[in-house]
Amino acid sequence: MSPALPEGEPAPEDGALPTWLGGPRSSAFGVYLHVPFCSVRCGYCDFNTYTASELGGGADQAAYATTSLREIDLAARVMRDAGISDRPVSTVFVGGGTPTMLPAQDLVRMLAAVRDTWGLADDAEVTTEANPDSVTPESLATLARGGFTRVSFGMQSAVPHVLATLERTHDPARVPDVVRWAREAGLAVSLDLIYGTPGESVDDWRTSLDTVLETGVDHVSAYALVVEPGTKMAAQVRRGQLELPSADDQAEKYEVADEVLTSAGLGWYEVSNWARTPADACRHNLAYWRGDDWWGVGPGAHSYLGPADAVEVHAPTRAVPPEEGHGVRFWNAKHPRRYAASLEAGHSPAAGREVLTTDEAHLERVMLGVRLREGLDLALLGRGSRESVAQLVASGLLDGRRAVQGRAVLTLRGRLLADAVVRGLVE
Amino acid sequence: MSPIPTADQTARIKPASTPAELLRNFCIIAHIDHGKSTLADRMLQLTGVVEQRAMRAQYLDRMDIERERGITIKSQAVRMPWAVDGTPHALNMIDTPGHVDFTYEVSRSLAACEGAVLLVDAAQGIEAQTLANLYLAMENDLAIIPVLNKIDLPAAQPEKYAEEIAGLVGGDPEDVLKVSGKTGEGVEALLDRIVQTVPAPVGDADAPARAMIFDSVYDTYRGVVTYVRVVDGSLNPREKIVMMSTRATHELLEIGVSSPEPHPTKGLGVGEVGYLITGVKDVRQSKVGDTVTNAAKPAADSLGGYSDPRPMVFSGLYPIDGSDYPVLRDALDKLKLNDAALNYEPETSVALGFGFRVGFLGLLHLEIVRERLEREFDLALISTAPNVVYTVTLEDGTEVTVTNPSEFPGGKIKDVQEPVVRSTVLAPSEFIGSIMELCQQRRGDLLGMDYLSPDRVEMRYTLPLAEIVFDFFDQLKSRTRGYASFDYEPTGEQTADLVKVDILLQGEQVDAFSAVVHKDQAYAYGTMMAGKLKDLIPRQQFEVPIQAAVGARVIARETVRAIRKDVLAKCYGGDISRKRKLLEKQKEGKKRMKTIGRVEVPPNAFIAALSSDGGGGKESKDKSKK
Repeated sequence: MSPALPEGEPAPEDGALPTWLGGPRSSAFGVYLHVPFCSVRCGYCDFNTYTASELGGGADQAAYATTSLREIDLAARVMRDAGISDRPVSTVFVGGGTPTMLPAQDLVRMLAAVRDTWGLADDAEVTTEANPDSVTPESLATLARGGFTRVSFGMQSAVPHVLATLERTHDPARVPDVVRWAREAGLAVSLDLIYGTPGESVDDWRTSLDTVLETGVDHVSAYALVVEPGTKMAAQVRRGQLELPSADDQAEKYEVADEVLTSAGLGWYEVSNWARTPADACRHNLAYWRGDDWWGVGPGAHSYLGPADAVEVHAPTRAVPPEEGHGVRFWNAKHPRRYAASLEAGHSPAAGREVLTTDEAHLERVMLGVRLREGLDLALLGRGSRESVAQLVASGLLDGRRAVQGRAVLTLRGRLLADAVVRGLVE
Repeated sequence: MSPIPTADQTARIKPASTPAELLRNFCIIAHIDHGKSTLADRMLQLTGVVEQRAMRAQYLDRMDIERERGITIKSQAVRMPWAVDGTPHALNMIDTPGHVDFTYEVSRSLAACEGAVLLVDAAQGIEAQTLANLYLAMENDLAIIPVLNKIDLPAAQPEKYAEEIAGLVGGDPEDVLKVSGKTGEGVEALLDRIVQTVPAPVGDADAPARAMIFDSVYDTYRGVVTYVRVVDGSLNPREKIVMMSTRATHELLEIGVSSPEPHPTKGLGVGEVGYLITGVKDVRQSKVGDTVTNAAKPAADSLGGYSDPRPMVFSGLYPIDGSDYPVLRDALDKLKLNDAALNYEPETSVALGFGFRVGFLGLLHLEIVRERLEREFDLALISTAPNVVYTVTLEDGTEVTVTNPSEFPGGKIKDVQEPVVRSTVLAPSEFIGSIMELCQQRRGDLLGMDYLSPDRVEMRYTLPLAEIVFDFFDQLKSRTRGYASFDYEPTGEQTADLVKVDILLQGEQVDAFSAVVHKDQAYAYGTMMAGKLKDLIPRQQFEVPIQAAVGARVIARETVRAIRKDVLAKCYGGDISRKRKLLEKQKEGKKRMKTIGRVEVPPNAFIAALSSDGGGGKESKDKSKK
């Protein structure tokens, strides 16, 4: 979860949703469960997470699973009230923080609440994030037995000095073990990497990639380090203690990653994600980029409910009255104590929301869709934008063959300049 | 006997009927901060024309800019009564603009006087600009009254500077009056001296009327107020008058004197100084230097000495916000009403959008106009580096006048003429070396050097005007720790080895950055500007070469490398709103970009390139303190 909440209108205290959301909808429904706890806060991290000491003794940690069940209840109720019929949940993703700071049994209990409330699809994907040093063979087995199908480890780097700069405390030597344990428990495994840490050489980066490949995982995420304002690392950079790598350095490392992963049989399916086969892609994250519905449970979590089926962003099959939007997004109070207090008082924990206009919904659709290897349906674009597709193909940012087939798909260079492509497509 | 005339005495000096022998017309020649306005204020008080309670500092400087900068831009006349030995006199103090840009106006003001008070700061001594105006006054045969001001200052050295002045104007150091405008000490004696020393005006009361316009000011409520000095005959209310240069006829709606508020009178006779109001709305219809005569009984010959103001320095003025263009156009139209020397025409720049090419009398004039536009019309402006006017003769004999460097012809040029000035630098003698070095760098020729006193020197140089329109004065001040003073006057043209340097962005010329420079300085300018733009132009999706070229020959090159990364690595549920808002903002920013070829440039980049050190354009506040 990002640190600062967006600006929006206040959310109603009872959590009521606009009634125009009601009606048939065919999009998938996913649930995100946020766990806002970590044993230590890493220097680069601006996520909504708290160490035991920051929350005053960690008493809340014990009660957290119970608190989150209240929001699940509320979610189901307000969606039904708005006329959105229950759908089995396709994907569940537990993120943080460090979800595995909670006992595995708590995570299983939260998943069970989702299942009891909406039902889980037969092929549901259920992922949890985990730190390599906060799992054991036993805890992983408990998760698998409880319905989890997938685990994503925050490995970040295999190089000790890079981990030290990031203030990651896990032992890199442990990564192959935890991957093995997870697979033995029957879980699919993904590893997360960060590139462009101050002091990281291209060779360091190759070492991390090679280490990942040695584990044989079927899914890798690789993110350029972003130093967010307000983090400890931002202060270190400001004081000159750390030197930020240039954007060119990050671009080079991205190209290295794509080349190394691709030749090892992992193909990109989103700007920062690679999978061995399409079936290995993270379906929960794909749901974000495809504009499906999702509910985020937990402090600072965001939720999104798109328009009902009949409303198409650019070619509506029915007229949209002005008071209706093209979907609604809302977000919860950030601090766990305020979040818990709202729920205990019987109120919605939502702090704010936004109703998307036609233009905003279109921009989001382009901005998210273009990040995917499947690309964006060119039929969704206005006439002017379709003309700029030709230019983007000529500049080598969009794949020409796919454009002819009616899709906007980024080239390797285009992936690195994806924001420029979006600006071109929504002119 | 009080020097302020009694009622009986006042009756003898009524404006329409004052005998010429009781009139004294004088001006004050002084350097900018030598206390002219303070002295004038003191005179107004001592002669009783402004009461104590109505007094505000620098009463005569009307415009805000004048008051703030402590400089006089437009002159005025004030009539003050003063009796000496029981005889009442009417003293007309004609205020002169203090700056070289307005030399023509100065010379017309001087022509309206018979005497001049040479006012010098007793702590600083005479300055170059004062010297120039003193020469003008002496050429007009004015009686000079040397005065040292600010004798109340602890740093005052009246004896030393009295000697310096006596050396210049002749006479005994003992005759140099010593006053303090601040305390009033010595000012009465000065008024007496004016009556005693300045000759009374002489003219033919029976001849057809001839009056010289020495100033013309636009007033929002009254239209153009014209200040005149009557030479022959008289002007009377309700008459029809004729402007002799244009033969335009106007009805005289009001005639009067200022003391210092306007007082309508029954007319103005020989030697009198006063104002006319005809209802015209544009100062161009009432030109400084022109002769006014009576329509019924016109004079055969004008007084002579009239010439049209000629702009010496040009600069492109552009609104930073393009939508302000109409505001700028209206503002220039309004300023023009009060500034006969201002001229402009619309100009379009690829880099800066719509604006005007504006001609000025000099650098101070440029700064004042720019500042008035910004202050009185709330405009944010960017000006291109000031340039001079070149006369280019092509090989086929065609002559081209170039006021905008980007229009400097390429190819077959036979000859280029550039304006030159004769300049005077006054400085403590310890700085001779560094002043010579600077003037040589700026292609100056030393004409001569004189010691005004053992430690003060006057150096005279011929310099190309182009070399002083940009940062010369700042350089001079910094090399002389602020002690040097500088003045110049145009003296003609010279052949020069000049070239135009163009700046190209991906092969496209960026007009606002073209400069005409001496061939030896082309490389330095090209490297400087290309380097500056390299830092200001954001990376694009492709490599952008920035070149400086003379004709087809590239003399400097920089490259803005292609951007390689423009994507946010992470975009999950909680990031989407933030990311969308970021893109919306970027989209807005993209709309404001200026496009040169395919290169998108933020509007501020060009402005920054013109504003920062070495690029030209932007004003520096100290420059006006010449």
